[in-house]
Amino acid sequence: MLRATLKSLLARKLRLILSGLAVVLGVMFVSGAFVVTDTLSRSFDAVFATAYSQTDVAVSAQPKIAVDEMEGEQVATPLPADVVARTRAVDGVAEATGLVSADGARVVGSDGKVLNSFGPPRLGGNWTGTDDLLELRAGRGPQAADEIVVNQTVADGAGLAVGDRVGVLTLEPKKDFTLVGIFGYSGGRDSLGGVQEVLFTEPVAQRLMLGRAGVYSEISVRAADGVTPEQLRDRVGSALGAGYVVKTGDQLAEENAADLQEGLGFFNNILLGFAGVALFVGIFLILNTFSIIVAQRTRELALMRAIGGSRGQMIGSVLVEAVVIGLVAAVLGLAAGVGAGAGLAYLFTSFAGGLDLAPIGVPPAAVLSAFVVGVLVTVVAAVLPALRAARIPPVAAMQDVATPDRPLTRLTVAGAVIGAAGAATLGVGLYGDSGGATLTLILSGVLVSFIGIALLTPLVSRPVVSALGRLFSWSLPGRLGRLNSGRNPRRTAITAAALMVGIALVTGVTVVMDSAKSSLAQQAEDNVKAQIVIGGEQNGPRPPTFDPEVLRRAAAIPGVRAAAGVWNDQVVIDGERAWVNATDDLARLADAYGATAASGTLATLRPDQVAVSTEEATERGWALGDRLTVQTARGDPRPYTIVATYDPATLPGSMLLPAAATAEFGIPQPLTGFVRLADGATVDQVLPRVKALVADSPEVSAMDRSAFVAQQTGDFDTIITMVQILLALAILIAVLGVVNTLALSVLERTRELGLLRAVGLGRAQTMRMVTVEAVVISVFGALLGVVVGAGMGAAVVRALDGEGITDLVLPWQRMATYLVLAGLVGVIAAILPAIRAARLNVLAAISHE
Amino acid sequence: MTATDAGGAVAARASNVWKVYGTGEAQVVALRDVSVEFGSGRFTAIMGPSGSGKSTLMHCLAGLDAVSRGQVHVGDTQVTGLGDKALTRLRRDRVGFIFQQFNLLPTLSAQENIRLPLDIAGRKPDPQWWDTVIATVGLTDRLAHRPSQLSGGQQQRVACARALIGRPDVIFADEPTGNLDSRSGAEVLSFLRSSVREHGQTIVMVTHDPVAAAYADRVVFLADGEIVTELSDPTAETVLDTMKKLDSTELVH
Repeated sequence: MLRATLKSLLARKLRLILSGLAVVLGVMFVSGAFVVTDTLSRSFDAVFATAYSQTDVAVSAQPKIAVDEMEGEQVATPLPADVVARTRAVDGVAEATGLVSADGARVVGSDGKVLNSFGPPRLGGNWTGTDDLLELRAGRGPQAADEIVVNQTVADGAGLAVGDRVGVLTLEPKKDFTLVGIFGYSGGRDSLGGVQEVLFTEPVAQRLMLGRAGVYSEISVRAADGVTPEQLRDRVGSALGAGYVVKTGDQLAEENAADLQEGLGFFNNILLGFAGVALFVGIFLILNTFSIIVAQRTRELALMRAIGGSRGQMIGSVLVEAVVIGLVAAVLGLAAGVGAGAGLAYLFTSFAGGLDLAPIGVPPAAVLSAFVVGVLVTVVAAVLPALRAARIPPVAAMQDVATPDRPLTRLTVAGAVIGAAGAATLGVGLYGDSGGATLTLILSGVLVSFIGIALLTPLVSRPVVSALGRLFSWSLPGRLGRLNSGRNPRRTAITAAALMVGIALVTGVTVVMDSAKSSLAQQAEDNVKAQIVIGGEQNGPRPPTFDPEVLRRAAAIPGVRAAAGVWNDQVVIDGERAWVNATDDLARLADAYGATAASGTLATLRPDQVAVSTEEATERGWALGDRLTVQTARGDPRPYTIVATYDPATLPGSMLLPAAATAEFGIPQPLTGFVRLADGATVDQVLPRVKALVADSPEVSAMDRSAFVAQQTGDFDTIITMVQILLALAILIAVLGVVNTLALSVLERTRELGLLRAVGLGRAQTMRMVTVEAVVISVFGALLGVVVGAGMGAAVVRALDGEGITDLVLPWQRMATYLVLAGLVGVIAAILPAIRAARLNVLAAISHE
Repeated sequence: MTATDAGGAVAARASNVWKVYGTGEAQVVALRDVSVEFGSGRFTAIMGPSGSGKSTLMHCLAGLDAVSRGQVHVGDTQVTGLGDKALTRLRRDRVGFIFQQFNLLPTLSAQENIRLPLDIAGRKPDPQWWDTVIATVGLTDRLAHRPSQLSGGQQQRVACARALIGRPDVIFADEPTGNLDSRSGAEVLSFLRSSVREHGQTIVMVTHDPVAAAYADRVVFLADGEIVTELSDPTAETVLDTMKKLDSTELVH
């Protein structure tokens, strides 16, 4: 039995390769994800181990606001200088160095633009001399207040040389320094994992990076001989008392590495998302292939039943085929995954720079998941065809059984039930209050809906395919192609369904994104009276900021009615973490925005006053006159009184703190500025002058309102592009499905093709006939996808109504593009089968059994 | 020997045709220097035992198969050496086919199947001729049916109508009654004969059934890839006798 199975497997190599390819792709992404995260995390482990190699024990102050790696940068609480002295006095301490090191030192490159970072922090700190880790490559250390050194990565990235004047943005606006040295790290490293580092003299570093003189962010302690880091940690800890975090260097290296793992987890999830789509679409393809194989083998299987094969053996024979394909696909996918993982890791390091890639490793999880996923997916897809194989009666061996057109009733009922279940799950996920399970509910709702719709597809396929085909019916080959595509609704449907999944996903996301974009633009249009906006596009972990002085000077430009800035940071309000805004002057901001208060007055806030949105007030149960305690990143907890509420659409953010609070923000500079013009003044007159003001704040620019809205909504386009890449993958797999189906059609209809050729159908006409069939199937799939995707997208948009997405925008142009693209896909998929059909030997074809 | 049709125009002709399959030891000669002419407006049957080369001869005449040596003409057109395009056009415009397996397109109705060659060529049927053909094959009330809704005899009559509708120079019929019961077969054969008698159609039919051959005006006998003899105005008996004689000569060989 096994031998017979394997033989028949080998006889259908091409078809199996086509369907196996989908599994190979899926497995590739799964194992690639494991390989790349494993390799990168080992590389970073090495980086952190190096970074803390000079530290036995580190002391820092308890952070005011504890922030996870994924939620933003943690702002260190400054340590007073006397803590350094107290630490140095602890028995067993050989050396205690006060270090200044904080994110946010942004170097202006020789091109006048701020040197970007795609993730690693841009640290600013104090120069403490060279040691075993840090080595000067050129020049010397900073000695004067206007001297700095930078690491090689900064020097290379910004195009700097010793002696250059360099602008650096810190807690304070841009200041110019002379670059007096360039340093690297032991082992020839230019940076530690891509981190940009700028070192100042100690007082300058303290002022610019920590905002206060005589403080440090961390104390690096070296142990005396004979004292272990752990002993020293405990001694220092008890000597300093509560309020300090004392850890060994190894501990910190490990913790940092673990934080980063979480960051890489995001990367991992994207790859697993790709894998999921590939495998889900692949299931359709494999299911189709096995159904076809079983149909073709009806006689053979019936014969086996007739000579005594049991039902179980029939099922077994199909499943063994599936297992073999799954295993082969897993091996190939794993190999491809190791390659892809290595490639991605390499790409990552060349982007981040300064990361020495650890040797590529294949973690056991990659191998295990490759085989589990590969075999499981294939076997699951083969179960239905296997059951069908078992139902073939022995008598079929003796009869010429034309596969009867089985009624679609059961399939349709099942599809309706499953589709409804999926829609219900989706509905609960979108509208219900399911907390943490929301995403799971939505995803599984979408998945189950897809399956339900796929089951309903055969029913829909008849009328729709027939109608679509009419577009091509003006010529005989077109008419024949149209008729052929309607011949096997199940096969057509499942092929189209594979295409549907990808297109539905991308259409859905496009609908949501475009709706969000349009809603935001509409809100800005409706609510923001300011004609000129100052702001920048955030590319790295830290938002772009500008000198608040710009606001004061902008207000003085003739023709400007009001100018106000908005700051943004994380704070803790009555024990709960929240993102809040602050403004230099609420009265001016309200004027610039054209906002009025819902209650209270939008006047300039005193240092202990705060304005909140009506929505936030309702949610938290606040009323005018209530008092709250707000802990900022750098300051102490302070009480505030609510003096005004406003409609959330009319002013930015859910809470506006007074100007005094901004000094204690992690980022004490405004992110956005709003400039409203006086009546009679025009944007053309004022904008150039505001632009001149921000010339020294290279992270931001001044622009008119529509340009600002376009910049702010640019992220949505990025997401759409990313999803379209996903679509490309799904389409690729679906193309394989179309090729597969067509190749089979050509094979099955050899006699017909022979006849058509015999009665005078030309080769070109034959190819056209096959192409029309492919195009009809593909466009049908795309049409389904667009409709389903638009429906799902619209449901999500409706559900997000309360979150500010009020407009439902159907991206007609994009949807039309997807349809055209699908037509093109059909043409491409038809190439090989069409050539094969046209090349058929007429005589052989016509006598084909 | 060379088989010539007495008098009249020639609709199809093979001159010194050889058809050889394989090379060396495995070489099989299917046609051995065959020369034969088929007169216009005549119904000719090609007979012979299995493996005699009768189907191969017909395929070569129809441009479905290439000859190894010699020449084939349909009307004045030399078929030998034509490219795929010209061959396709020849089949489309000048030749009709009837197969043992009917070979109808299951997706098309009877009417659409009949029109197929014209549709491929982009021509419109002559309405008078259309009515004549449909009436002769007796399918008037079955035109909207799909092949799967027709009996074998009806399907073959659709196939005959399809071959006739374009008024080709010659119709090649390959065992047209092979898959039919004797009554349906007789219907198809009388229909073919009447299309020759009444409308001057030329038909070349391959068969191994003496009864079928008796419907023809002339029977050409093949054995071992060669034309061995022929009969004019055959009856089932004379055909059977000739076959028997051939069988015995076979044995002498």
